[in-house]
Amino acid sequence: MRGVLGFLAPKLLRALVAVWLVTTVVFVVMRLSGDPVPLLLPPDAPTSEMERVRRDLGLDRPLPVQYLTFVGNALRGDFGRSIHFREPAWSVVVRYLPATLELGLTSFGLALVVAVPIGMLSAIKRNSPIDQAAMGVALVGQSAPTFFLGIFFILTLSLWAGWFPTSGRGSWEHLVLPAITLGAFSMASIARLTRSAVLDVLRQDFVRTARAKGLPELTVVMKHTFKNAALPVVTITGLQFGTLLGGAVVTETVFAWPGIGRLAIQSIYNRDYPIVQCTVFLSAILFIVLNFAIDLLYGVLDPRVRPR
Amino acid sequence: MASSIPASVPADTLAAEAPAARGGAGARRTRRLVLAGALFVLALVLMAVAAPWLAPQDPLRQTLRGRLGKPTLTAADGKAHLFGTDHLGRDVLSRTIWGSRVSLTIGFAAVLVGGVIGSILGILAGYRGGFTDSVIMTVADAQLAFPFILLAIGIIAVLGPSFPTLIVVIGLSGWVGYARVLRSQVMVLRSREFVDAIHALGGSVGRVILRHILPNVLSSLVVVATLELARAIVLEATLSFLGLGIQPPTPSWGVMVQEGREYLDSAWWISTFPGLVLMVTSLAVSRTGDWLRDMLDPTLRGE
Repeated sequence: MRGVLGFLAPKLLRALVAVWLVTTVVFVVMRLSGDPVPLLLPPDAPTSEMERVRRDLGLDRPLPVQYLTFVGNALRGDFGRSIHFREPAWSVVVRYLPATLELGLTSFGLALVVAVPIGMLSAIKRNSPIDQAAMGVALVGQSAPTFFLGIFFILTLSLWAGWFPTSGRGSWEHLVLPAITLGAFSMASIARLTRSAVLDVLRQDFVRTARAKGLPELTVVMKHTFKNAALPVVTITGLQFGTLLGGAVVTETVFAWPGIGRLAIQSIYNRDYPIVQCTVFLSAILFIVLNFAIDLLYGVLDPRVRPR
Repeated sequence: MASSIPASVPADTLAAEAPAARGGAGARRTRRLVLAGALFVLALVLMAVAAPWLAPQDPLRQTLRGRLGKPTLTAADGKAHLFGTDHLGRDVLSRTIWGSRVSLTIGFAAVLVGGVIGSILGILAGYRGGFTDSVIMTVADAQLAFPFILLAIGIIAVLGPSFPTLIVVIGLSGWVGYARVLRSQVMVLRSREFVDAIHALGGSVGRVILRHILPNVLSSLVVVATLELARAIVLEATLSFLGLGIQPPTPSWGVMVQEGREYLDSAWWISTFPGLVLMVTSLAVSRTGDWLRDMLDPTLRGE
């Protein structure tokens, strides 16, 4: 048990420091970005009214006090009231969260389901036309800018082919294009990495032994190679999730998908600090929790990194 | 791994990872692709420099009667519009050519900013180790944990979108890449005997870093910088697309894709051409980076 603690404690500490840093940076940047009060009131509002609103929002207090209040409240999930929606920021963000999770998990699942088999196939049939075509597409997918990919899909698959709606959320058809757009980068990275990880393993002596004793190639790949190649794939998969969260901002904007990414962008334009802080805080936490989980999974997959 | 490969393993097994370095049809194709990528980057730089002479028309001149014109060699005004015209009748080809200036200027400048900051912090972390290292790497972790585009948008919202702001923000977004690579290399280097020897001979820390460590990590630096260039160009276009980067009417690929978005149905060319050029640019630059990595420093592969 102590060994496990010794293994986890430093990681946990680092994760907490990261969360704190992220929160602080968000606070500072948002507070620097100007006074939201004039945006909330008509331009001819009297000064006394502006003062009252400022006091209501706690903006009249010294910055350090605002900061401490902010951190204390954030720990309790209280990010204050949204200036634009006039309700607690937390409940607004939570309302937008399912759309983002739906999109994020779909594209993540799609990326994994498509990329891992393709990467394995590419490795097994290396330098074949299949391999070269797959890796060519992967290279393009990895360097294609998300926003243009989205526009391109809207143009070709929605407007020209008429297969999918151009924007919005609703039926499963609405989900297809945003999910592919958002997942493209991860799909490409995971496919390329799976390929090189499998190739690495295929070169090992134990694979040669397995082949030498006459095992069918399928058994060699499924039983001896896949498990050993999983480690780097799991690592990059965790990192990809962070990229997905960032990509959601762009994808949701392109497809008018009502998730927290689009909410964050709109809130920045509205200078709605509480919402922005809440979304960023939530994304950072999600990312950190996920990487923590991946560290644990690592221990399961690779006994060598397990604490003794 | 390589040492465990017996001599009897067929050559193509080894070649699979680094086809460019060995013979065979696949390898030749890869080499040709890399060459094409590098040539494209070169052509792009030339295009950016020579934009005023290359662009067939003034990128800002509006022709209200020639709005949303299809790509054609003979438009109503007797001019060729290979990429068509946009909603204000401006020539999309000319704007795309001028757009390369914006992309490359911001890209190179941002790489410089990020490279300098990242290198200093990375060398510091690797050389000093201990507390300094922990602080720098924790900040790096925190930045990686952050959907950076949100931070970029926040900062730009404060300072207002301008060339210098964009360069600094995009540059800052990339410092972690340099810092991580340099840190690990400096850590290895500083434990080598020659560093101890220089210290023993009275060489200062600054001298060790500038004269002995920096030349040793230069090739890694070049590799990271090339890969970062592709990222910086795409980030500029993305921010411009979101309305937070380059402001109209200055031609930037991101702005052009955004402007064409409303006309996708009637005039697909406005968004498509600059978008495709951006995509090929990003692909070509990152391919060149991958190739440099394989040539100069294969140990960076895992990064």
